[in-house]
Amino acid sequence: MGALMVIFSVQPKQRRKRQDSVEDELELSAVRHRPEGLEQLEAQTRFSRKELQILYRGFKNECPSGVVNEDTFKDIYSQFFPQGDASTYAHFLFNAFDTDHNGSVSFEDFVMGLSILLRGSVQEKLNWAFNLYDINKDGYITKEEMLDIMKAIYDMMGKCTYPILKEETPRQHVEIFFQKMDKNKDGVVTIDEFIDCCQNDENIMRSMQLFENVI
Amino acid sequence: MAAGVAAWLPFARAAAIGWMPVANLPMPVAPTEKNKRQDELIILNVSGRRFQTWRNTLDRYPDTLLGSSEKEFFYNEETREYFFDRDPDVFRSILNFYRTGKLHYPRYECISAYDEELAFFGIIPEIISDCCYEEYKDRKRENAERLMDDNEDNKDCKLPNMTFRETMWRAFENPHTSTMALVFYYVTGFFIAVSVITNVVETVPCGATPNQKDMPCGERYTEAFFCMDTACVMIFTVEYLMRLFAAPSRYRFIRSVMSIIDVVAILPYYIGLVMTNNEDVSGAFVTLRVFRVFRIFKFSRHSQGLRILGYTLKSCASELGFLLFSLTMAIIIFATVMFYAEKGSTSSKFTSIPASFWYTIVTMTTLGYGDMVPKTIAGKIFGSICSLSGVLVIALPVPVIVSNFSRIYHQNQRADKRRAQKKARLARMRISKTGSSSAFLHSKRNGLLNESLELTVRTGKTMSLLESQHHHLLHCLEKTTVRSYQLKGPTVGVGTGIIKNHEFMDEQLYEQSYLETALQSYPSRSPSLSSQGLTGTCCSRRAKKSSQLPNASAATSGLQELSAINIQCGDPPLSTSRSSLNMRPDDPPRLNCQSGQITTAIISIPTPPATTPDGDGHTLPNPSVQNIVKVSAL
Repeated sequence: MGALMVIFSVQPKQRRKRQDSVEDELELSAVRHRPEGLEQLEAQTRFSRKELQILYRGFKNECPSGVVNEDTFKDIYSQFFPQGDASTYAHFLFNAFDTDHNGSVSFEDFVMGLSILLRGSVQEKLNWAFNLYDINKDGYITKEEMLDIMKAIYDMMGKCTYPILKEETPRQHVEIFFQKMDKNKDGVVTIDEFIDCCQNDENIMRSMQLFENVI
Repeated sequence: MAAGVAAWLPFARAAAIGWMPVANLPMPVAPTEKNKRQDELIILNVSGRRFQTWRNTLDRYPDTLLGSSEKEFFYNEETREYFFDRDPDVFRSILNFYRTGKLHYPRYECISAYDEELAFFGIIPEIISDCCYEEYKDRKRENAERLMDDNEDNKDCKLPNMTFRETMWRAFENPHTSTMALVFYYVTGFFIAVSVITNVVETVPCGATPNQKDMPCGERYTEAFFCMDTACVMIFTVEYLMRLFAAPSRYRFIRSVMSIIDVVAILPYYIGLVMTNNEDVSGAFVTLRVFRVFRIFKFSRHSQGLRILGYTLKSCASELGFLLFSLTMAIIIFATVMFYAEKGSTSSKFTSIPASFWYTIVTMTTLGYGDMVPKTIAGKIFGSICSLSGVLVIALPVPVIVSNFSRIYHQNQRADKRRAQKKARLARMRISKTGSSSAFLHSKRNGLLNESLELTVRTGKTMSLLESQHHHLLHCLEKTTVRSYQLKGPTVGVGTGIIKNHEFMDEQLYEQSYLETALQSYPSRSPSLSSQGLTGTCCSRRAKKSSQLPNASAATSGLQELSAINIQCGDPPLSTSRSSLNMRPDDPPRLNCQSGQITTAIISIPTPPATTPDGDGHTLPNPSVQNIVKVSAL
């Protein structure tokens, strides 16, 4: 009887082994990315050499393989918002940073995005924000897209807020946004509408300058 | 926040621009970094090994020593680095924690050393990463058990006021406490052995007498065996009753396994006494005799190995249960198969499935008596499968039981070893302790002699600053409590004995006797021999000086001086171990008149001799007397 038991137990192990080996191969062929040279990055972005060094060191420390995939990205971003769920917003952010849409953010993508956000002109920043909101990248922000973004932002706050977060709060916020931005009331916001509107809004303009000195 | 994540904070803040267009309210002002430093390398010098890292790396964990301003305490201005006088090997893992965010526990490190380092650098051990956490916890638990065992041993020492009952109980439980207990232990052991042997020999057939056939010795020498049995049972009964009396909790004692064994061992005898006349029940009585064999279990009080075995079996109950269960399953399966396989063959012994159980068990345990063998081919095939699988099924749980036993056994061995080591350790500590206190007295005398004679010549051995400060401290304590340290021991008596009987002493004689005493008290030549020699000369010179004092009373005080110095010279060898600093000085209140007389020594001339022997050293020296310096620690 023991022999029978042993025979039975050996077989599943073999099957599992075959599956594991396939996964192992995948791991081995994982991407090991090395960024372009320092000079090239210096030319392409508005960071100084030292700043690039600091950025790269932090980047490489967290992602030794040289690229960030979406899960790691979500992990990292979630650590800054312990109370809420930052994964949805992180997903949108990831798409915004992953400019070539290959599913991973390399150091170049990372640093170019940061360059725009921190050292870019207001126009560029607004462009970037529009790109973030435009989930399907078709040039228009629809109410549904905006609602998704809004929900994602409110999710980051978590459940314990004051005043209590209600179901329709994101929707209301979207309404306010569209009232402000959608000039021709066609239900979508185009890039020009967006930029125009933001440039006329003092608050927004001021807040765009807020993170100038982050690095 | 984890390490690398702090590096991503700029990114998170930058990404916040995504919220700005949807926000309706103005944003708060961003904090500005005053004197924003460029990231710089800082050097951490840990016991000579230099580690370098970015300042930002350390700032990731601001609630640790390295991440906070606490490290500024360790900053060395000249070398512009942070110096830590700690273990560089452990520091490696700590610094790696800052770098990678994961704290690892190196397996070769001692757990308490590692804990200390973590505590020093302000890191809580709970953040050790999963790969090393289990090992860390295991080692910590082991260490705690070890220390707990030591504490238990400490508690084992005899309490001063124990009732007779408690003494008895302690004697029973731990035979090494007193000779009586040891005697009792061996006597009971002997009687258990005698009883068991008697039971065995009772059944051996003794030589046949001419008129009767062979019969067992028990029936031949009935009275002799009965007497032996009675004696043993009496001893066991007395022992049981004494234990019952001495037990702290009688109810718990009655329920314990050992007491049940005791009862079962002696009960058959009494039942037998009661039932001798009743013939019907004598059959049952014979069965009861079987229980006499339980006396052998009484040996478990005498053998630790047996106790460990019992404890192991108890702790491996689940493995044993599994073994039993799987065996039962196998037996039933194979018995069924064999029965049906052998059903066809004629005159087969496999008459029923339960009858096949016997065959299965014998085959699976590879005994193979051969009283039942399969005859059909199918039976033989299944029989061989049965024997092969039997080996496997039995071999599986056995290593678990064995390893359990080995672990428990070694734990016990370790406890015994530690107890033995502890005795040696305590003895060593005692020696160094006496060494340090005598070092103090020695130095005190040396110091005073220096002051008085303005001796700059010292022994080859100079006292370290640490030691001198320590001695100064003890001296201050003496002054505060108006007491002084004294040495206990035969050297004191010897010195006084020799000197006291002589009013005036020839200097040479004094020197001789002094050296004698000194040598007597130093069976081992210590490195401080030179100092001894010098103190000899110092003392003798002192003696010379004092003997030159003009007054008659000087002689007496001189006598006291002599006696004082002499006694103080009777020190055990100096030991300048640093551990002496950790020892608490002997309790000052151990003062008696002897000490007062001796150690305070140099009482100056005007002191009336009558008062001095009673240890009141409160007399002040006459300042006019120059060359006798008051040593009075009183």
